[in-house]
Amino acid sequence: MISDAPVLQQSSEPAEGAAAPSRLARYARPMLGVLLPLTVALGWEFLVWLGWSNGRLVPPPSRVFATITDLARSGELVRHIAATLWRVGLGFAFGVVAGTLLGAISGYWSLARRLLDPTVQALRAIPSLAWVPLFILWLGIFETSKIVLIAVGVFFPVYLGVMGAILIVDRKIVEVGRTFRLSGPAMIRRILLPAVLPAYVVSLRVGLGLGWMFVVAAELIGASEGLGYLLLDGQQLGKPAQILAAIVIFAILGKLTDWLIEIAAAPFLRWQDAFGRTKGA
Amino acid sequence: MLALDRVSKTYPNGVQALARFSAEIRQGEIVAIIGGSGCGKSTLLRAIAGLDRASSGTVTLDNEAIASPHAKIGIIFQEPRLLPWLSVADNIGFGLADAPATERREKVARALERVGLAEKAQAWPRELSGGQAQRVAIARALVPQPEVLLLDEPFSALDAFTRRDLQDHLLDLWADTRPTLILVTHDVDEAVVLADRVLVMRPRPGRLFDQIEINLGRPRDRNSPLFENFKRSVLTSLDRSLDRSVPDRDATQGPGQAMWW
Repeated sequence: MISDAPVLQQSSEPAEGAAAPSRLARYARPMLGVLLPLTVALGWEFLVWLGWSNGRLVPPPSRVFATITDLARSGELVRHIAATLWRVGLGFAFGVVAGTLLGAISGYWSLARRLLDPTVQALRAIPSLAWVPLFILWLGIFETSKIVLIAVGVFFPVYLGVMGAILIVDRKIVEVGRTFRLSGPAMIRRILLPAVLPAYVVSLRVGLGLGWMFVVAAELIGASEGLGYLLLDGQQLGKPAQILAAIVIFAILGKLTDWLIEIAAAPFLRWQDAFGRTKGA
Repeated sequence: MLALDRVSKTYPNGVQALARFSAEIRQGEIVAIIGGSGCGKSTLLRAIAGLDRASSGTVTLDNEAIASPHAKIGIIFQEPRLLPWLSVADNIGFGLADAPATERREKVARALERVGLAEKAQAWPRELSGGQAQRVAIARALVPQPEVLLLDEPFSALDAFTRRDLQDHLLDLWADTRPTLILVTHDVDEAVVLADRVLVMRPRPGRLFDQIEINLGRPRDRNSPLFENFKRSVLTSLDRSLDRSVPDRDATQGPGQAMWW
């Protein structure tokens, strides 16, 4: 019952609004987000169907969907998705671990910040794609250079997020830790980490977004499989439907993984007394 | 016994917040420190808590010098400073992390009962009212059973009714283990209700000006003429402390200080 971990159970929430929202309202609200893309897609489909456009360069949704099902049926799609997911996952993991560790050290220990942070900031100022030729020379054209590039992309927002969040933790709360004579590690574990968790989740999501960005860069440079390869292949062979198919899948995977971080973090952030949560989950 | 010997504090910007403050406070005594703004009362309290170090002079508790936060000294701040990610129960048990789980649970349950928040055990801090949150802060500070409890204007952010209620509540809790209470306040009423002794400080630089023993039994009747008398003498002293034409009283200077000028 008593532990340092944020508590999951919660007593009666103050009632929000008089009546519980109707079932329609509950399902209708998330659907609002689908309204815009759906309208645009159907509109374009309709225009091509009317013959106002031949849809060769901008294929209608039905053709994109057909491309996706073709790719899926041949087993190609799974192979490409798996390759890309694997790269993003591994690069993200390395980037997050390194970013969190260095960010926490720089945030907590001012000497380390003075030593480390200027260099990290200077490296951050380099457009990450500038590393590509070097990584290829050093690490070859296969998986390693791609994963390192993605990890570099993920590292910076996570590092900056963790360090920045630790630096702005309320002094008054840290003082509570001091009056209970917490040691350095205990201070980090029991005060600083829970306090920075909301900001940390945001930096993870930003990092993941960059991870998806860099996987495309990595796969455009030289790959024989992956969604980025599908893009390049579509361009070289003049198959806009395949490019759009890959883009749609990127959108779905990006949104899905972002959503996974969000729901994984939600139970740990229920304590927040913030503007966002008053709007109803 | 808590002994303050010529405690001084000069901040890096050159402001002298506290000048040669000396006092001896008996175990179990309730002392109120009162004074105009900028008289260094919070600085003094932070030095006793070990949160800030005095520039010179010493704070000793039972012959042990205090330079950093000490297990026997607890503190309650002006704001509750609850940890928002812990439930009320876990906030109260925060200082008991090293105790066995069962003992911790029992102590927390007893403390919750004692401050009348048993049904809020699993609530988040954001769900509490100001008074409730401060009661949780009091419970959190008292659960490790400190010998000295410091209170830095603990009720100043509350409305008059809640403040009065919490003052009575604090005395009630104090009676359980009778720790030394050192209360910084700017509320004369509060000082006279709670304290055995009121220390009046004067500002620029902060120093001891006067002390007034409150020889009143408990519980104290806020409307009795005697209570009014003590209030008036504290107020008079407070007024004089802010009047620059009144010289410092040498009688209140600690030993070794009598001849410094």
